[in-house]
Amino acid sequence: MIADWQLFTGFAFFIIMVLIAGLYCILVTRNLMRVVIGLELLTKAVTLLIIIAGYVTGRIALAQSLVITLIIIEVVVIAVASGVILSIYRHNESLAVSNLDSLKG
Amino acid sequence: MTIIDIILLTAMVMAALWTVMTRSLLKSTIGLAFTSAIITIIMFRLDSPLAAVFELSVCTGLITAVFISTISLVRPLTHKQIIQLSKDRIKRFWYLPAIVIIVGIALMCLKIPADFKMPAKLAQGDARNLLWNSRQLDLFGQIVVLLAGVFGIVLLFKETKKK
Repeated sequence: MIADWQLFTGFAFFIIMVLIAGLYCILVTRNLMRVVIGLELLTKAVTLLIIIAGYVTGRIALAQSLVITLIIIEVVVIAVASGVILSIYRHNESLAVSNLDSLKG
Repeated sequence: MTIIDIILLTAMVMAALWTVMTRSLLKSTIGLAFTSAIITIIMFRLDSPLAAVFELSVCTGLITAVFISTISLVRPLTHKQIIQLSKDRIKRFWYLPAIVIIVGIALMCLKIPADFKMPAKLAQGDARNLLWNSRQLDLFGQIVVLLAGVFGIVLLFKETKKK
């Protein structure tokens, strides 16, 4: 039991680092593609967190089914986000977030 | 935690940092794929082969292909713009390794109770049986999300009718 908890905290330590990297990428960047890449990093960290939580609690089958669902949703989100980015690029000729100030309803 | 786990997790963090900090979008995408590949190995080691296969095929393969396709459809920056952006990027992104190191030290100094009681382990079946028999609503949700994605893409790339 204690070994499982130590394993979880050890993995969580590294997962928090990836979460920080993803969050920083979303907050600091001015490029739309990088925002999506930051989102992807956050998702990867959460995926690993679900797997390690399932592993230490003995519910690995449930964790795997949740991760599969998460991956399906992730890929759809990324595909639609890429389409939106391309549409914005065709309209503005730029991927800079600062140029997206022409929303007039 | 074995030494291999620590090496893999460190490599994962390094790849994630490289993904965020590198200037080129293409290199950033490759870094993301590399992070995903390392996570796949970790998943295999944590007795999750089904999730690992999904991660490898979808996240490492398909999403990287989608990103590279998107990048290839965008016009590259001029030399002047690259130099200007590089200076700007260094100013904004050099804080990230410092933040990661500070948070790492803070987490190591944090006193985490070592005698935390984990829930009792359950004897669960196969993930495939669980997904098909117990969590059918998840599958229904996945189908709905996939269809929503397909319709979203179709609407985004719909050609406007010529008058």
